[in-house]
Amino acid sequence: MRGIGDPRLYQIAALGSLVLFGSVRLGFDLHPAIVSAILATSLGAQFLMTRAHHLPRLDFRSALITALSLSLLLRTGSLLTACAAAAAAIASKFVLRWNGKHVFNPANLGLCVAVLAGDAWISPGQWGSAAFLGLLIVCAGGFVAHSALRSDVALAFLAIFSALVFGRSLWLGDPMAVPLHKLQTGALLIFAFFMISDPKTTPDRRAGRMIFAALVAAVAAWLTFSLHSRNGLIWSLALCAPLTPIIDRWLPGLRYRWPERHTPIPASPPVPIAPRELAP
Amino acid sequence: MKTLTAALLTLVLVLPQSLPAFCGFYVAKADAALFNKASKVVLVRDGRRTVLTMANDFRGDPKEFAIVIPVPEVIKRKQIDVADNAVIDHLDAYSAPRLVEYFDDDPCHQIFYEMAPASRFGAAARTDGDAALGIKIEARYTVGEYDILILSAKESDGLETWLTGNGYRIPKGASQVLGSYVKQGMKFFVAKVNLERQAKSGFTFLRPLRVTYNTRKFMLPIRLGTVNADGPQELFVFALSRKGRIETTNYRTVKLPTDLGLPLFVKDEFAPFYRAMFDRLVTREDMRAVFLEHFWDLGWCDPCAAEPLTAGELRQLGVDWLKGPDSGRPGESEAYLTRLHLRYDAGHFPEDLLFQETRDKENFQGRYVLRHPWTGKPTCEEAEIYLRELPKRRNQEIESLARLTGWSVARIREKAAAYKAPPRNGPR
Repeated sequence: MRGIGDPRLYQIAALGSLVLFGSVRLGFDLHPAIVSAILATSLGAQFLMTRAHHLPRLDFRSALITALSLSLLLRTGSLLTACAAAAAAIASKFVLRWNGKHVFNPANLGLCVAVLAGDAWISPGQWGSAAFLGLLIVCAGGFVAHSALRSDVALAFLAIFSALVFGRSLWLGDPMAVPLHKLQTGALLIFAFFMISDPKTTPDRRAGRMIFAALVAAVAAWLTFSLHSRNGLIWSLALCAPLTPIIDRWLPGLRYRWPERHTPIPASPPVPIAPRELAP
Repeated sequence: MKTLTAALLTLVLVLPQSLPAFCGFYVAKADAALFNKASKVVLVRDGRRTVLTMANDFRGDPKEFAIVIPVPEVIKRKQIDVADNAVIDHLDAYSAPRLVEYFDDDPCHQIFYEMAPASRFGAAARTDGDAALGIKIEARYTVGEYDILILSAKESDGLETWLTGNGYRIPKGASQVLGSYVKQGMKFFVAKVNLERQAKSGFTFLRPLRVTYNTRKFMLPIRLGTVNADGPQELFVFALSRKGRIETTNYRTVKLPTDLGLPLFVKDEFAPFYRAMFDRLVTREDMRAVFLEHFWDLGWCDPCAAEPLTAGELRQLGVDWLKGPDSGRPGESEAYLTRLHLRYDAGHFPEDLLFQETRDKENFQGRYVLRHPWTGKPTCEEAEIYLRELPKRRNQEIESLARLTGWSVARIREKAAAYKAPPRNGPR
């Protein structure tokens, strides 16, 4: 496997730094109580579900990533909602599965559940455009160091979504400043490099991932520009996630595993590998 | 006991939004009048129902007045009204960043401020050639002193030609912006002054126009205003909502620095202080941010920078969900007011403002504090400590002011030293 060790460690460091940077420099209203509740609930839920399913080892890294992503993106005044979001996110990994793989990116699902519950929201504008450069560096760093993060999905999504945004602005006759401003948002980068790039909830084969990226981009663009949804990216990923198992059946590939010293024996039947193509 | 008092008072000073406590005697406010070329807009949002009221500060010849606003649907007569400038001014005064003062007590005889109950309580146009320009006049009304047309256009050049041909002066280069709206299927609300009616009405100033419509897209069009504008403009958005704070989703929201102690002489210089501080904030954020100056539950206020708004005034602005008589006040958690202030131009704000209603109910106000020191003879140890700490506090206030405004520390010290506070009236 290319890259340096477990990519999740880098992701935890990056998300942790973003949470700090966001609250200290950008003035995000991150209440310590809410963040603590999310962390505690995520790790607690992971522990309980691991025991309930008699799994050999506790995967706290993925749970930590989910918790940090939720802390970064979820805004709510209610501890209950924060805990519910974290619990739903972790539980979905164990409950909503298909063919041995969980269907929804946990943080993404947690966000959707919380917003639908009614007293949570996401602030897409919170990053502004000055912090954009900083974020770009963080995300680019992730890309360079860890190809295991399925950065091909991230880049494909960004390319297709940008093309759609530019295309629309061209059709409307807007000056270039308008689509550039629409794309120059930290929320887009976070989504691309930390959410849609999740190797566990994207198709196994590269061709499948490209199709997936195109679908998520198209649905996100439609939700944002036709239905005027504020959080088109988040809803799009949740809506398209169930297509991943379908794409996997149609275009099977090598299933991704986090690098571990003792790789657990998979409970699912072995996935057929297409004769010509393996990794990444 | 004294530490408890000090802690309590500090808590009161630091968390005005979470304690219904005494928040200082109101002294002065920084309202929109401080700023040149400031537009004031009131937005009411309830589900998809949106009410836009535009304060009209046009002071020229009424013949010259014309306004063009893109709207999402053909507006019916009952969706348009004129409002009262006084109500918008009232909203402005009520939510403006405020200066408050305290008078320190004799540290030997601390008076506990009781949790003072916060004030609780609420077109005739030419028709030939229109079709050739792709213009259709969907509707024509006279509302108050205005002649209003609702237009739909097939293409922006036709629209621009039609508008200029019919005496609506729109800036050159607006057709590109208009084109974007035309392609999105938006209609155009176009208003001019009906001079006969205006003369009869007896009003010397033009009244605000209020438009109601339903749309998923919660936005405020600002792009037309930036075409050919000479320099940045100020905009105050007063958003009235039912469930929580309103924020922009395509621009960053920054809260004002608040709850800061300042030297006493700022009492006479609050306006220049506020302008300098705002200028500095805008520069720091590279003129790309929207500033939150106030967000509060309309059911109560503390301190109240102006008389609370009545249900009747809010209804005038389009808030139609309040119960009770016009003279009453909104109850708690019935309505929320968000005050946003931005300085913008086409380069830094290329997109129209897109909003969302969050569920954030945490109150916020821009509040600046003057603390009059106690000047007496120390008769206990606490008083000695207090007098020793006083110079530290003065320095902190001076440093805060310098940091916020960019004024020189030396000059601030001079002014602080030269200032003579007026005598307090009566014991506190």
